[in-house]
Formats: sequence, structure tokens, C-alpha cells
Amino acid sequence: MIAEAGHYALVLALALALIQSTVPIAGARWGDHALMNVARSTALAQLLFVAASFTALVMLHVVSDFSVVNVFENSHSMKPLLYKITGVWGNHEGSMLLWVAILALFGGLVAAFGNNLPLSLRAHVLAVQAWIASAFYLFILVTSNPFLRIASPPIEGRDLNPVLQDIGLAVHPPMLYLGYVGFSISFSFAVAALLEGRIDAAWARWVRPWTLVAWIFLTLGIAMGSYWAYYELGWGGWWFWDPVENASLMPWLAGTALLHSAVVMEKRNALKVWTILLSILTFSLSLLGTFLVRSGVLTSVHAFATDPARGVFILLILCLFIGGSLSLYAWRASTLKQGGLFAPISREGALVLNNLFLTSACATVFIGTLYPLALEVLTGDKISVGAPFFNLTFGPLFVPLMAAMPFAPLLAWKRGDLLGAAQRLTAAGIAALIAIAVLWAWTWGGSTFAPLAIGLAVFVISGALSDLAERTALFRAPLATAMARARGLPRSTWGTAFAHAGVGMALIGIVCETTWNSEYIGSMKPDDVAKVAGYQLKLDGVTQRQGPNFREMIAEFTVSLDGETLRVMTPSKRNFTTRGSSTTEAALLTRGASQLYVSLGETNAEGAIAVRIYHKPLVLLIWWGPVLMAFGGLLSLSDRRLRVGAPKPAKAARALQPAE
Amino acid sequence: MKRLLACVFVVAAMLGNSAAYAVQPDEIMADPVKETRARDLSRELRCMVCQNQSIDDSDAPLARDLRLLVRERIGAGDSDSQVIDFLVARYGEFVLLKPRFTPHTLLLWLLPPLALTGGGLALWIFSRRRSKSSGAHDPSLLRLSEEEEARLERLIAAESASEKKA
Repeated sequence: MIAEAGHYALVLALALALIQSTVPIAGARWGDHALMNVARSTALAQLLFVAASFTALVMLHVVSDFSVVNVFENSHSMKPLLYKITGVWGNHEGSMLLWVAILALFGGLVAAFGNNLPLSLRAHVLAVQAWIASAFYLFILVTSNPFLRIASPPIEGRDLNPVLQDIGLAVHPPMLYLGYVGFSISFSFAVAALLEGRIDAAWARWVRPWTLVAWIFLTLGIAMGSYWAYYELGWGGWWFWDPVENASLMPWLAGTALLHSAVVMEKRNALKVWTILLSILTFSLSLLGTFLVRSGVLTSVHAFATDPARGVFILLILCLFIGGSLSLYAWRASTLKQGGLFAPISREGALVLNNLFLTSACATVFIGTLYPLALEVLTGDKISVGAPFFNLTFGPLFVPLMAAMPFAPLLAWKRGDLLGAAQRLTAAGIAALIAIAVLWAWTWGGSTFAPLAIGLAVFVISGALSDLAERTALFRAPLATAMARARGLPRSTWGTAFAHAGVGMALIGIVCETTWNSEYIGSMKPDDVAKVAGYQLKLDGVTQRQGPNFREMIAEFTVSLDGETLRVMTPSKRNFTTRGSSTTEAALLTRGASQLYVSLGETNAEGAIAVRIYHKPLVLLIWWGPVLMAFGGLLSLSDRRLRVGAPKPAKAARALQPAE
Repeated sequence: MKRLLACVFVVAAMLGNSAAYAVQPDEIMADPVKETRARDLSRELRCMVCQNQSIDDSDAPLARDLRLLVRERIGAGDSDSQVIDFLVARYGEFVLLKPRFTPHTLLLWLLPPLALTGGGLALWIFSRRRSKSSGAHDPSLLRLSEEEEARLERLIAAESASEKKA
């Protein structure tokens, strides 16, 4: 009964989406307010029905109703409750349902909080939103229905892929989808602007908060996924340039570019046509990511589903939306008026440079991800494009981007003074040089590249700080004045500084982890001692334990540094009987931002167990960086001008004035 | 005594791979220089049964076979490029995580620099065309006419006069 109700709710949501995608457009054509307002009610009702449908699937998983195929294939009655719930989106059908639920959530939010939008713009935005929704409802109902029943229900389920039975699954996909799908709003705004043939600075002010929300979630989602891979997969890697990771990185790069070009548009009314294009591209890349992951066109560690019917359907959606929106763009973009002149050396110019490098980096990831597929389809040749390629091509694009990053906030709009900005960055430059010199001396004979990269990161961080110091007149004015100015500073300025510092922080983590990582790999028996980076790890013993749906082998290590015992670390290896597969649960010991990482391998015939121990200096900065970026985004989101929203046109007031 | 032996064993093992790290203890080559080369090569080679994972990272049995093969070739005195050639001859281009620069990977390698230079060029042309068409560089437009100068003077005078009054 629950399954049928969920299924029916989804069908109703489709019907509502179809109404929403046509009626408001007609209303906007005829100037009919009642018809345009239909969008608001249908968007809210859609959210209600999709939420009901999603809740139904969650309930089916919680009660372990194995008469439903989706539950039977991905659940087990002994599974802990948390994983019963997260298992809902740990499979193809459920994750698509989560996708549309989030899409409906964003549509509902625009409907609920879009009261200050011009009526026809809101009608258009929600209609475009409904086009996307209709396509994906159809996709779910036709090819990936999560509510299908089995004629003779089995007694026990097949259990969820053990790698996914982790808290990471509870957080990573929803975050990522909030990011992916969040960009649909800027896409809908862009298409609506093209349909209306009208776009202004107020448009950018409406779009920016939505883009920021999506960007914050995508940033956190990617970072979370990276950390999950780091501790769950058991070899301490945190980024593999895997096509599925690339699929999430591409919208992030394009979205970051969009965020910056939207600033130019909002403040200076320039780059309109480019901002529109970026909005379209960002969501197109999100759709592409969905296609790559969901169609099974890539068989990678993430891909759960392989079914050509689905692939073709998503490919159709992809072509329809990307092709459609780009054709619309080619047709209508010339009608949008250009505005806002600026010199090459200016804040706008710097943001254009940012866009150039970010989109080039995005193009690099795009070609590296899709080239092997295209080549195989066209010629049958199989090639691999992996980490060495991306390190060689992607890295050089980020170096100038980061070197230019501290300059942009210090340049004036319209026409900037590069020399002046450089002077104000002297302190940051000196800090970077000192960092390079100290590191060089310290790691004499080691990597020459790493100190330079860390110097760059220090430059970015101290550049962000000196921007704040400059604006608050710290060190120049009395402290009280500086404090008062700091309070008066727009939150978006603080946001910029935090986000930029976050990029530098992540770079430090990345360089330290890849350059000064120490590793011990060996077979250990009880009472053996391994030494890594000054730490001593003694294997105390190995015990067996029965978990709810797995058997676990736990090794106990006593960790000591300079003869002082720090803690006991307990890495384990879990065997999941239902699927006959195993996972490694690494043990982590955090000291500051550095981590000691222990994971277990196979046990050999003599009873010795293969152990990998890594010491990863400052590794946590890799994830603290994105968290700082997201925090910066959050600060910027709370900026007064975005809270207050775009100013309403003063037409009404003018109409009340007496005629002269 | 047993413990002491174990310590000695571990220390010996540590000395054996002090300069380089190996994925499995029994795979380590005696010569640390060769072992470093093997590790560096392993990072460039793909484990063909696991997607986009290098043989250095992978736990798969095939990856282990490939790692041993790389070490065997290095032990036999092959240079790095000879080892790569040997593996490509055996498993095809697919084994390389960094594809070679050949006609069919031309676009792959050239697109990133082309995107950057093409984008930069487009921006340059665009900004030149716009600044030309808008006449921002026409100095006669930036200069004020005599009439405008006089009006400006008047306005400034009126402003400062009203400020004094206040």
C-alpha cells in the first residue's frame, strides 16, 4: 500500500509539473496574473507530493518490505537503522528520487520566497524548473521506478554494498545533489531571462544567493566525498581523478566561475551574456554528471547501475536541455543589452581572468573525462586518462589563477591600479618568500617544487588577510577604529577573504600530503613494532567480533611518540556475509592537522597480517580548506544586500505622484 | 627474545625500504634506487581491471602481477621507457594513465592550452573592439568643453557656498 501510494504521488507530481511547465508561460504571454500565479501553487504542491513519494520509499526501507524490488536488492533486515535510511539513496532508483525531491525543494523555495521577483520572471523560472522536473519524473516512472513489486516476496534482502554502509553515504550524496540540482535555479533564471529577452543587475542579485547556496553544498559535498574515500577505501588516497569525481568537479569549476561573473554583473552590469552562458553551462555539466554516473557509461568505483535503456533516456534529456538552452542562447543572447565598460586592469578584468582560468580548467577536466569514451566509440581504441594527465594539465592552470587571486579584491572597479595593489600585497609577498626560504632550508635536498607551492598558498592566505587589514585600516588607525570598521565591513567582503584563504589552506594540505607522506607497509604479528615518522605502533593483538550484519577482525595498536603512549588505534576489516565482500575500516589518529592512518590487509598463512601505516602531515587542511570556503560562502550569503533582496522597481510610488 | 627478534626483523625491513615505499613487503627490490623507479613507474600505469586506479594504489591481483613485472624488467636492466614500451606492447595503450602524444590523442593534449590561449585571445579581441567602438580612447570625448567647464565651476562654487552657510 505504501509503495503504491508513493508511486501514485510521483505520478501526481508529474501531472503538476506538466501544468507548471505550460500554464505560467501562457499566462506570461497573455499578461494574465492568475495564470502566472499557478506556478507558485503547483511548485509547492509538487514539493508536497514528491516529499510524500520520497517518504514512502524511506518507510519501505525502514520496515524492510522485501516485496519491493528496490528494498530487496539494497537492504537487509539486520542492517542498522541509519543505513536502512541512507540506503534509500545508495542505489540508482532511490538516488534519482532524491534528485527530483531536491529539485522540487528548490522549486518550492523559489515559489515560497520569490515574492519580490517580478511576476512574469517568477512564472518563467518556475516553468523552466518544471520542464526539468517533468523530464526526470518521466525518467523515473518509465525506466527506474523504485516502487516496483515482486510477485513472490523473498524473506531476506540482498544487503547494501558494504562500502556504502557508512556515515559518509548519509551526508555525501544529499550534499552533492543539493549542489548539482541547486544550479538548476540559475539555469532556470538564465533561460527565463532569454525567454523574456530582458536582464539587468537585479537579475544577478536574485540569482547570486541561489548560486551561492548550490556552490556551498557542492563544495562541502565534494570535500565530504573526498574524505569518505580517504578513510573508507583503505589506501589513504583522497582524489583519484576518477570520472565520477570529475563529474562533480566540472560543475564546481563552472559554478565558481559563475559566482564570480555574477558579482561583476550585479555590481557593474557587465558580462551579462557571459553570465547567462555560464549559468547554462554549469547546470549542463551537472546534467552531464548525472548522465555519466547514472547511465553506467563509465564503469568505475562509484557506478552502481548499468542499463542501456536508462542511459539512452538520460542522454535524450541531456541533449534536449543542453541543446535547447544553447540554441535559445544563440538565438536570443544578442537581444540582451551590453553594459558596463572597464579597463583590462580592474576588478572586472581580474574576475574575467578568474573566469578564463576556471573555464579552461573545466574544459581540461571535461576533455580528460570524455575523450577516452569518445575515442572508444569512434575508433574502438581504448586509452586511459588518469592522474598523471590531470596533474600535468590542470595544475599549471591553477598556479596563475592562485597567483592572481589576492590582487582582485584590492583592485578598484572599472580601472584599477596594479602597482598600488602590489604595494599593498608586499607583506603577503614577504610572508610567502619567508615560507619558501624556511621550507627550502628545512627540507634541503628534497622536493624543490613543494616549497614554491606552499609559498604560493601562503601568498594567497596572507593576501586575503592583508585585504581585510587594508579595509579595516588595521595597524594604521587605532585598534578601536579598526574594530569598528571591521564590524562595518560588508559580510561578503569577509566571505571573499575566508573563501580565498580556504583555497590556500587546501593547497598547503595537498602539497604536504603528497610530498612528505611517510608510509610503512609490512606484515606484522602480535607484539611487532612499526615505526613511521617518529611514531611507534605496537600490534597488541587481533580479535574477532560479530557486528549486526558483518563479522569483523579488529587489530589493536598502541601508538607511542618518544616513549609516551598516545592512544590505542583499532583498524578493522569487515566481512559482509550476504554480499561476500569485505571493507577495511581504517583507524585514524589526529594530531593537529596531521593524521596517522592504519589500515589492514590480508592475513597470510603464518598468521601475520598485512598492515599499511601512513603518516600524513597536515592532511586535514585538504578538507578544512573547502570547509573554510563554504563558510566564506555562507558569510557572503548572509550579506545585507542579499538578505534584503533586490530593490523593487519604484513604479508604484511614481504612479501615486500627482500629474504636473 | 621473540620480541627482540621481531624488532630486529622490523628494523631490517624498515632499512630495506627506508628510501622507497612498496605496496607489499615481499615485492620490495633490494636496491632502493630501483625501487623508487618502480614506484614512480607504477603511478603512471593503470590497473586494467579497476577503473582509473594506478597499479601503485590497487589491491587487485592483476595490479600485483603488473608491479612484479615492472620490478622484473627493472631488475633485468631495462630503462624506464623500455619498461613502458614492454607493457604497452603487451597490454596496449590502455595501460598508460598518461596517454602518449600521438595523432589520436592530439586533441586531448592540445585542448587545455588551446582553451586558455583561445579564450585569452577572444577576450583581447573583444575588449579591443569594445573599447574602440565605445570611443573610450578618444581623448576629445574625455575633455570638457568650455561651456561645461564653466558650468562645473558654477556648480562647485554654489556647493561650497551652501556648505559654508550650514
